[in-house]
Amino acid sequence: MEKRIRVLVAKPGLDGHDRGAKVVARALRDAGFEVIYTGIRLTPEQISEAALQEDVNVVALSLLSGAHNTLFPRIVEMMKAKGLDVLTIGGGVIPDADIPGLKAAGIAEVFTPGTPTEKIIEYIKANVK
Amino acid sequence: MDIVAELLNGSKLAISRAITTVENEYDEATEIMQKIYPNTGKAYVIGITGPPGAGKSTLTDKITKEYRSRGKSVGIIAVDPSSPFSGGAILGDRIRMNELTMDDGVFIRSMATRGSLGGMSRKTAEVVKILDAAGKDIVIIETVGVGQSEVDIVKTADTTLVVLVPGLGDDIQAIKAGILEIGDVFAINKADREGVERLNLEMEMMLDLDQSETAWRPKIMRTVASQNQGVVELVDAIEDHSTFLTQSGMLEKHRFERTRNEILAMLDEAIKIYLMKKVAGSKFESLTTEVNERKNDPYSAVKSVLSEVLK
Amino acid sequence: MANESLKAKKEAFDAKVEKALAKNPERVNLPKLRLATPLDIEGFDYEKDLGMPGEYPFTRGVQPTMYRGRFWTMRMYAGFSTAEESNKRYRYLLESGGTGLSCAFDLPTQIGLDSDDPKAEGEIGKVGVAIDSLADMEILFDQIDLGKVSTSMTINAPASVLLAMYIAVAEKKGISADKLNGTIQNDILKEYAARGTYIFPPKPSMRLITNIFEYCSKNVPQWNTISISGYHIREAGSTAAQEIAFTIADGIAYCEAAIKAGLNVDDFAGRLSFFWNAHNNVLEEVAKFRASRRVWAKVMKERFGATNPKSWMLRVHTQTAGSMLTAQQPDNNVVRVALQTAAAVMGGTQSLHTNSKDEALALPTEDSVRVALRTQQIVAEESGLADTVDPLGGSYYVEALTNQIEAECWDYIKKIDDLGGAVVAIEKGYIQREIQDSAYKWQMEVEKKERIIVGVNKYQIKEKPPEGLLRVDASVGEFQKGKLAKMKAARDNAAVAAKLAALEEACKDESVNLMPVILEAVKAYATLGEVCGVMRKVFGEYQPTVSL
Repeated sequence: MEKRIRVLVAKPGLDGHDRGAKVVARALRDAGFEVIYTGIRLTPEQISEAALQEDVNVVALSLLSGAHNTLFPRIVEMMKAKGLDVLTIGGGVIPDADIPGLKAAGIAEVFTPGTPTEKIIEYIKANVK
Repeated sequence: MDIVAELLNGSKLAISRAITTVENEYDEATEIMQKIYPNTGKAYVIGITGPPGAGKSTLTDKITKEYRSRGKSVGIIAVDPSSPFSGGAILGDRIRMNELTMDDGVFIRSMATRGSLGGMSRKTAEVVKILDAAGKDIVIIETVGVGQSEVDIVKTADTTLVVLVPGLGDDIQAIKAGILEIGDVFAINKADREGVERLNLEMEMMLDLDQSETAWRPKIMRTVASQNQGVVELVDAIEDHSTFLTQSGMLEKHRFERTRNEILAMLDEAIKIYLMKKVAGSKFESLTTEVNERKNDPYSAVKSVLSEVLK
Repeated sequence: MANESLKAKKEAFDAKVEKALAKNPERVNLPKLRLATPLDIEGFDYEKDLGMPGEYPFTRGVQPTMYRGRFWTMRMYAGFSTAEESNKRYRYLLESGGTGLSCAFDLPTQIGLDSDDPKAEGEIGKVGVAIDSLADMEILFDQIDLGKVSTSMTINAPASVLLAMYIAVAEKKGISADKLNGTIQNDILKEYAARGTYIFPPKPSMRLITNIFEYCSKNVPQWNTISISGYHIREAGSTAAQEIAFTIADGIAYCEAAIKAGLNVDDFAGRLSFFWNAHNNVLEEVAKFRASRRVWAKVMKERFGATNPKSWMLRVHTQTAGSMLTAQQPDNNVVRVALQTAAAVMGGTQSLHTNSKDEALALPTEDSVRVALRTQQIVAEESGLADTVDPLGGSYYVEALTNQIEAECWDYIKKIDDLGGAVVAIEKGYIQREIQDSAYKWQMEVEKKERIIVGVNKYQIKEKPPEGLLRVDASVGEFQKGKLAKMKAARDNAAVAAKLAALEEACKDESVNLMPVILEAVKAYATLGEVCGVMRKVFGEYQPTVSL
């Protein structure tokens, strides 16, 4: 049996800062994951739909514009409405004060600037469903 | 969830899960495939291949939109190689197709080759059947054509579209890689670049050299996918090929051969598994050692294994 | 050869060191040059390689006395929330001794969407100020003398529209366009390559840019029509040499486009400006600034045959590296920014924005912005770094590094020329891939601790979450949408429709300069989204090349 962890790396919102998302995508590939990379400026609708069609185990969201409180929860809701139960994590410039709210909204973990990719990989391995 | 019933109803969640069972070779896969099999054989399958950077994803996006405007539903399987080092992969074809994501008549699945390319072509064929059974009129398999193994993946298609670009020296590479021989339709993409005429001429010459006795001469089309130029004509050319196959009876003939090859391949594997089970691992190991040390020869070894099984 | 004896001594020294290294190895990931000597700048020709400041090839700086007369422009990038809020911050900065404005726009504005567009949801006023129409622009510059202040606007894809609004505001205040001073970023190529706020495909984008060059050379002669930016390329993870190489390659593409459009190189080249990143490695950064001036001077003189010395000068705005700020122990960022400031000043920048310590966490507070501005003032007034021209000129190490970066830069320019120029190199994903590879290498070095970031992978402490961060009020979006609806109800909608129809026609005719047409439309209070919408319709949208 050839099972591999599939991760959707997605950038909701309008910011084009994809350095972090791309570095994470590569690191995940080098850790043996299959990464579906969808580029910048995706709507919550597009992200949740891609998660559905790709049957991913993990959705990793990256956002640096500050719109996370609006967009992250919406993506989680939309995925739930499609019958998906996916480990959803977020990263970017996200103030600590926002993290409890995001977690309550279904974001399993938030990785802020300076997080080693190794930590993200370990987290996914330990928590993937 | 009754995955088969839901799948036959076109449920995207069921399609998605079914593909995963096939991809991960879960035990339920066989049962699902068995149950949906009667509902397959309706979709028209298009393989799209070509060298990296030819613009295959963009072209797939545009071809799909053209089929959608003709009222057809489309399933897309985008295959990319796994990293030989980590086994992981970055699958980026969706970037070009983000607009299609929100179209309910389109289902896109990215797949990594996961090592065995032979196994991959079987899996791709199964995913085609899932999308087919779920009611997609057209199924597109998009893959990077850099070697024979990728070409095999595309061979499960009714029409194979080979995408080339002028001016990158890709023309020569393509000929070397042998993907010219499999094309039913060719698209010279990025045809606004220099070198189109030369590439077109080279390809016509290649086709002139073709000795095979078929009535279909592959069409060479020009596109600028990023500007949606030449796409209608390209889809027309694919449709022409489809009509040719149907009217000449070749479609049935090809599909019959494919079914036959499928059964043979499955038999092959089943026999191998059966044999390996019968001739328990340890015995096979010792047999190999004997042969390797020249105490026995492989011909006698095979004979002895067979005689044991075929009593 | 006079160097023979030195060569022998250096060889002996190296041998000795090698032996010592067997016992005490050096740290990993260091530059090759252990000890720079005259041997490392063999063939060094002062007059040819450096010359006098203010003279070709401008290695030592673009002005003869640099900061001995006037300091660089201390230009703080700011803007958030609404035009009302940002106006307050601008006036605060000018009162605190800032000498120029630098406007940050929110993302919907940067990609030509109005605040009532569904895609703008959650983004309004977040990373900058939201501008929907001339009405917002009037508020943004309320009580600010546009005849005196110089204004830099970080705007690219819709640069023509925002510039038109600025001209229109000034006109209303009775200031004619030829008195206006400032910069628009207007650098679309780096948006494709690194920053991501593009709208249109390359061809119409290049047309808009050359239209601006032409329009400004006649009507807004003191305006810097483009700020060709390496900053974001570096933020995306490039090396120092890649930053200037890819940016100069972009600059070459703009010049070629303008010349192809019939402009004379000396008519626009003097208004081109650049934008560098001041990163952590002080000496490498100084060398980078120096090398970039020398390369650009040669490009303009030798490649484009410019004859006006102003055309040869690489004038540069600088910002300290945002990506080097750490969320961990944010107070340390004050020190980083001070060193980056020192690098920019020793590198000879014309203007500088210093980041605030809290920007890895959120938009900066007024207090932290003050510290950032004070950092510049301390470097200017107290450090002595501004007291002599190009203080590191003649340092064996810095000269060797300058040569090395210049050589690397030429290699890249050659490679990009071979590919068919910067536009093609971007379309093929070459530049993006080079940047990504460097970004990934950097990250892996940090993770393997071959590269130390204090507080991140060494010297960590347990920290309390930071307090007092600036938060953009969530009601900003609603406020902005309300204002927009009111404005739309009050304007002459028939006039707007007519101006937009005229714009659509103009877009279709490549020989028309779009600037005057856009100016007419914004004066009638056509919104940014409407103007860009017309252009989207005619020009289409850019599809990115992503290669990982």
